[in-house]
Amino acid sequence: MSILIENISKKFGHFQALSPLSLDISEGEMIGLLGPSGSGKTTLLRIIAGLEGADSGRIQFGDRDVTNLHVRDRRVGFVFQNYALFRHMTVADNVAFGLEVLPRKERPSRAEIQKRVQHLLEMVQLEHLANRFPSQLSGGQKQRIALARALATQPEVLLLDEPFGALDAKVRKELRRWLRGLHDELGFTSVFVTHDQEEALELSDRVVVMSNGNIEQIDQPGTLYASPNSRFVFDFLGNANVFEGKTDAGVWRNGQASIALPNGAQQEDGQLYIRSHEFFVSTEATAQADLPLRVIAINPIGAEVRLELAPIGWQSNDVWEVDLPHKAFDKNGFEKGQTVFVTPKAGYFFAHDAKQPVEIHWSITK
Amino acid sequence: MATHLTAANVRPRHKRVLPGLSLSLGTSLLFISLILLLPMTGLVMQTMDMGWERYWQVITDERVVASYKVTLWAAALASIFNGFFGLLLAWVLVRYEFPGRRILDALVDLPFALPTAVAGITLATLYAQNGWYGDVLESLGIKVAYTPWGIVLAMAFTSIPFVVRTVQPVLEELSPEEEEAGMTLGASDWSVFRRVIFPALWPALMTGIALSFTRSLGEFGAVIFIAGNMPYVSEITSLMIFISLQEFDFAAASAIASVVLMASLVLLFAINIWQARYLRRLHGR
Amino acid sequence: MSATKSAPGQRHTLRVGDNPIVKWLLISVTLFLTVILLVVPLISIFQLAFMEGVAHYFSSLMEADTLHAVGLTLLVAALTVPINLVFGVMLAWAVTRFEFRGRKVLMTLMDIPFAVSPVVAGLLYLLLYGNNGWIGAWLYDHDIQLMFAWPGIVMVTVFVTCPFVARELIPLMQQQGREDEEAAVILGASGWQLFRRVTLPNIKWALIYGVILTNARAVGEFGAVAVVSGNIRGETNTLPLLVQAQYEDYQAAAAFASASLLAMLALVTLLFKAFVEWRQERSLNIESDKERKAVA
Repeated sequence: MSILIENISKKFGHFQALSPLSLDISEGEMIGLLGPSGSGKTTLLRIIAGLEGADSGRIQFGDRDVTNLHVRDRRVGFVFQNYALFRHMTVADNVAFGLEVLPRKERPSRAEIQKRVQHLLEMVQLEHLANRFPSQLSGGQKQRIALARALATQPEVLLLDEPFGALDAKVRKELRRWLRGLHDELGFTSVFVTHDQEEALELSDRVVVMSNGNIEQIDQPGTLYASPNSRFVFDFLGNANVFEGKTDAGVWRNGQASIALPNGAQQEDGQLYIRSHEFFVSTEATAQADLPLRVIAINPIGAEVRLELAPIGWQSNDVWEVDLPHKAFDKNGFEKGQTVFVTPKAGYFFAHDAKQPVEIHWSITK
Repeated sequence: MATHLTAANVRPRHKRVLPGLSLSLGTSLLFISLILLLPMTGLVMQTMDMGWERYWQVITDERVVASYKVTLWAAALASIFNGFFGLLLAWVLVRYEFPGRRILDALVDLPFALPTAVAGITLATLYAQNGWYGDVLESLGIKVAYTPWGIVLAMAFTSIPFVVRTVQPVLEELSPEEEEAGMTLGASDWSVFRRVIFPALWPALMTGIALSFTRSLGEFGAVIFIAGNMPYVSEITSLMIFISLQEFDFAAASAIASVVLMASLVLLFAINIWQARYLRRLHGR
Repeated sequence: MSATKSAPGQRHTLRVGDNPIVKWLLISVTLFLTVILLVVPLISIFQLAFMEGVAHYFSSLMEADTLHAVGLTLLVAALTVPINLVFGVMLAWAVTRFEFRGRKVLMTLMDIPFAVSPVVAGLLYLLLYGNNGWIGAWLYDHDIQLMFAWPGIVMVTVFVTCPFVARELIPLMQQQGREDEEAAVILGASGWQLFRRVTLPNIKWALIYGVILTNARAVGEFGAVAVVSGNIRGETNTLPLLVQAQYEDYQAAAAFASASLLAMLALVTLLFKAFVEWRQERSLNIESDKERKAVA
């Protein structure tokens, strides 16, 4: 079922949790609401569910206007951050709950309910735990039961609040893949909230990036990564190093450091955002960039080695992070305390007052 | 029992960081032995002296048995009433904001703070024939004072706070998400209350009712003024003990007291075990 | 609508039973029952106390027997409260700060006075310390009389009220945990410093409330005291016993005048409790405000 959100806003006291915002979700889509805490993503999710009333605006499921519909009549599946399993009920009773509270006319027979519960437990691969209590389950198991419970009434919309937040890394990966598979198989429309960019990019058809009650950008993960449209999105999607530069005779300069303007770039002051893997690292400055840095830490992370670098003779608010493939790292054999020079391959330039960045590439001259 | 608890016998799990174990535990054990356990010996000796036959005769005396029945029935009715009223009070105090909520919250403890004798004479006067309530009830053909109903009333009055104060904290800590989960699954308010909230409150409610029942069994001051104390009809067991004492029949008093004491100790241990068990189930092992 | 006591920053606007009709129906039923069962009886104590006029009220309070009963009652409370204060703190410290075998048993034993009928409590003491008891016989030989005299009244009152302080402290101290005190020990505090500077400030209000409850119950105890006092007017009558005696002598106005003193004490107790709770809530609110600011 498609979801239409129009001009929804919400205030808590004096706090503007959501500025009027609109969002159009098509049937069968999986949408990730991504943002830092306090960005309004959970509030938006709760408004879609009907757990929270909006101050203005309209929500439509398919052709049905549900703005004033009580949560119990919206028929959405909702998975809570801490699962909110009923502590005094067994796993099977938890899953059966949604069916047992149906009005008598719509309620399946006892045997039918039992069969459906059995089927749902098989689907989440936990049929052997039917008679356990929630306190006896692991986090990942609770998560799956919460999902089974939400899906028992066959909702066409599934909403998930930080579904994997409380799980350890390995279980999280596994459940993510499993949820995506389930979504594709059953064809419901899903909206989930997360503060983990990797999770949002991996799982969603489209990602909605939020901050301070506003939507910053809505795009497919690939597009979002390739062309973030604001400083916020850039910062939030992470691992970008910022070079604050003033133009001076064809270069951006900051203290002793400088980066050559690529061909055709405008002569403007501004900030250059460069992702951590878009660098060469060498022991000498190149024609294109003179960025001296001291190696303060070397951390192997999976397939790459991350260098943490402190500027020498120029200013940056943060430590720079540069990722190198092991091969490149081994060839050079950098050491802690050593001075290195980095050369950007590609980056995004925000002119002084601009909200939107300009993408830049250097034609490499070694 | 107490001999197992000496400080020397205490096995530390790890070396203690905090000071004062022997002092605090020693004082506590000494105090409990002197104040609680030592006095029990007098009762044991007194009942041992009297012989089984006489003991049995006293505790199964017709008038005494009638008093057990009245006491049990009245305590049961009073604690069931308090189950309903206490749950309602706790709910209203926790869930709603309204003018006077704080006063209501404070008033709940009145029966604990007000001396039982004061409660007794006040209730007796109010419900007596010419009292404020007695008048009204009389015209409806209902008699409360000087009947077993008076006993129920006095017991209910003195034990109202037990249910409220055991249910209230549990109600406050109920997770809103469980309620919300119930609603997203399509359940009506009543369904959520019955299937989600009530089962979570049930153990606390039961504990409160059991405490109220225990207290009612032993209540004396509030009851004797309103009960009328008619043999076979409205005499409570505590009064039977008191009457035996006034007749200087220490043996009879002890025999009846031993029955009452055993009943209340069994109840107390049962409540504690039951509480420990449900706590363990909720929080995992 | 207020979101009751949920975590700061998290709001739950939809709760079961928030329908205005349901809400006001439940509130009115509750208020109605409370007025009938609690408020009217409370008011009627004072109404009955003054039924024969203000002058009669004060003259009956100024009678020698009444004054003596007030004095004896205060003496009993003044002895009972400190004893149970020390015991309560010791017991709470032992069971919340250490793990040992029999800890649960100890906590159950402490509850016995709650469960035992006060008449039975009085009887236990009478049997032991009365002239026929094994200690009482020895005391009799040495010409010491505890029963039917004020020491007996103090002893049973200590029995009846001994759980109150510990009961208030234990849940609080359990919740606060041992870390603060362990930190103080690491910093080199002695046992007494530890208690006075770390523990006491945290449990102050609960402790005071425990004392107030102990006091209220000590002043008002009837059943246990009735058994051991011997009911000698002007000698071993505490205020509640005097109330009974006057009531049974058909001096209702005098009985309610004495009762009104006890009722006032009860009201002070309730007020104080409300005050303590308000203080605790406020300190909690201040803390959560700080946290919220720290987050923002």
